[in-house]
Amino acid sequence: MKPVSPSTRNDDRLPGTGKQADLVSREPQQTFDVARVRRDFPILKTIINGHPLTFLDSAASAQKPSCVLEALNVFYTGCYSNIHRGVYALSERATAAYEESRVKLRTLINAKETEEIIFLRGTTEAINLVANSFGQMAVGEGDEILISHMEHHSNIVPWQLLCERTGAKLMVVPIDDDGEFIFEEYEKLLGPRTKLVAVTHQSNSLGTVNPVKEITRRAHEEGAVVLIDGAQAIAHKKIDVRDIGCDFYAFSGHKMFGPTGVGVLYGRREILEKMPPWQGGGDMIRTVSFEGTTYADLPHKFEAGTPDIAGGIGLGTAVDYLSHLDLDLVGGYEHELLSYGEGLLGEFPEIRIIGRAKEKSAVISFVIDGIHPHDIGTILDKEGIAIRTGHHCTQPVMHRFGVPATARASIACYNTKEELDRLARGIRTVLEVFC
Amino acid sequence: MSDLRDLYQEVILDHGKNPRNFHRIEGADRQAVGHNPLCGDKLTIFLQLEGDVVKEVSFQGEGCAISTASASMMTQILAGKTIQEAEKLFQLFHEMLTGDPSVEGDAEGLGKLVVFAGVRQFPVRVKCATLPWHTIHSALQNKDGAVTTE
Repeated sequence: MKPVSPSTRNDDRLPGTGKQADLVSREPQQTFDVARVRRDFPILKTIINGHPLTFLDSAASAQKPSCVLEALNVFYTGCYSNIHRGVYALSERATAAYEESRVKLRTLINAKETEEIIFLRGTTEAINLVANSFGQMAVGEGDEILISHMEHHSNIVPWQLLCERTGAKLMVVPIDDDGEFIFEEYEKLLGPRTKLVAVTHQSNSLGTVNPVKEITRRAHEEGAVVLIDGAQAIAHKKIDVRDIGCDFYAFSGHKMFGPTGVGVLYGRREILEKMPPWQGGGDMIRTVSFEGTTYADLPHKFEAGTPDIAGGIGLGTAVDYLSHLDLDLVGGYEHELLSYGEGLLGEFPEIRIIGRAKEKSAVISFVIDGIHPHDIGTILDKEGIAIRTGHHCTQPVMHRFGVPATARASIACYNTKEELDRLARGIRTVLEVFC
Repeated sequence: MSDLRDLYQEVILDHGKNPRNFHRIEGADRQAVGHNPLCGDKLTIFLQLEGDVVKEVSFQGEGCAISTASASMMTQILAGKTIQEAEKLFQLFHEMLTGDPSVEGDAEGLGKLVVFAGVRQFPVRVKCATLPWHTIHSALQNKDGAVTTE
């Protein structure tokens, strides 16, 4: 069950290829053309409560471009069947399209081998896989797992469960008042008992971008394995897992303009080969008998059961879309919006921005004195502005900054300065209601 | 803005900003904790009884304007009510926000609490308004453990 490379496919009409051809034929962009990008996202034309939708919640989940929607439609209407082991044409087509996505994902993150790309439900499942499988193999009583204070609950709880099972100890690298990872404290906590370091590439609630390459280098010096939670980074910058040097990199499709229900665990072959299977079932075996079962090769060893086939194929199209956008241009544009948005909010003396890291992604978390984020969110919604309010699945971050919740505007490549102006006007309305 | 004024009525804004009976009762007969994991709101209700009459209710905690105002007005309206009357109010309040909209609510029975009728148009905020009531219901029933909206 080797992944099928595009050259081996025997059909010229695969899901999404019509649209992808359009994408590829376009001239590469020199400057970022947001008007053109917005035309690719049909939902952005929606009217909410009488106002044009201002979607500032892409850190929770990003919207989908037409090409991804069309890929799903083409697959379900023309190519749908279960994959792997089908001897009929339809199954071959579906398998080829699904495995082609794996190849695209390998290229996207510059993994060495396609077999190092494991399809899962998302970042959460990817981290749970490592906590279970690597944990079972390598973590025991007295060992230490190192995470940071800014982790999403999905990069905390799987390790707590592992520690409860094994008697290992969870250690937390503190963050400073700007929301920065304190590297000196990290170095103090690293030691011979550190088995694994799990850190987010970009914080979802603070925007902090962590020095993952340096974090990985130091962990490796101590012999620890490194997992990077890439959920927030993947749609906003070029990721090169070999340059970072990490052992695992986890991310979700829905945050990178792909469908929900599919995500990826990248793992270095050397370590994945040693790890035991996590879930048992169809597709992950070589032979099954009641006396004993042998397991499939990578990546299928970790892919029990029928996967989200359409999701995987749609994700492949999302990768095409991202590659076409040029992530360097995207990063520059989003950073411009971040500075603009922080400038606008900075004009309100009532507003405190939480998360002031020097290197920051396009996330603005803020609180207003005396007004609960939930009330801010409801009032903004009336103006068609979608932001997220609450603890953002980072309760320890909320405790660290002494707030029960924050309001968070998160920016993606389809947002505009006009939308941030609308946010600022919405905040003026919030203040009018409450003052 | 008119929709917003339905939700954020002056009296709600006032109680949200300056909650009444916002303190603990030392040695309270009963207390219960309510938690809305969605927004992180958490409040503790303190209850002092005299026989089956609510002598005093107070609360503490952090919440949005709606949940704070709801808790504040609840503490005022319940003082002097019997447990049975308090439970009846809980039921009426709950029905006003979650029941069949075509059925006219008992405005007379609810008294000042009708200011919360506008919350009904904001489904995700209904739990904010009902959290204090679920919590006092639990305290009146003398149930252990925290109440959660989820």
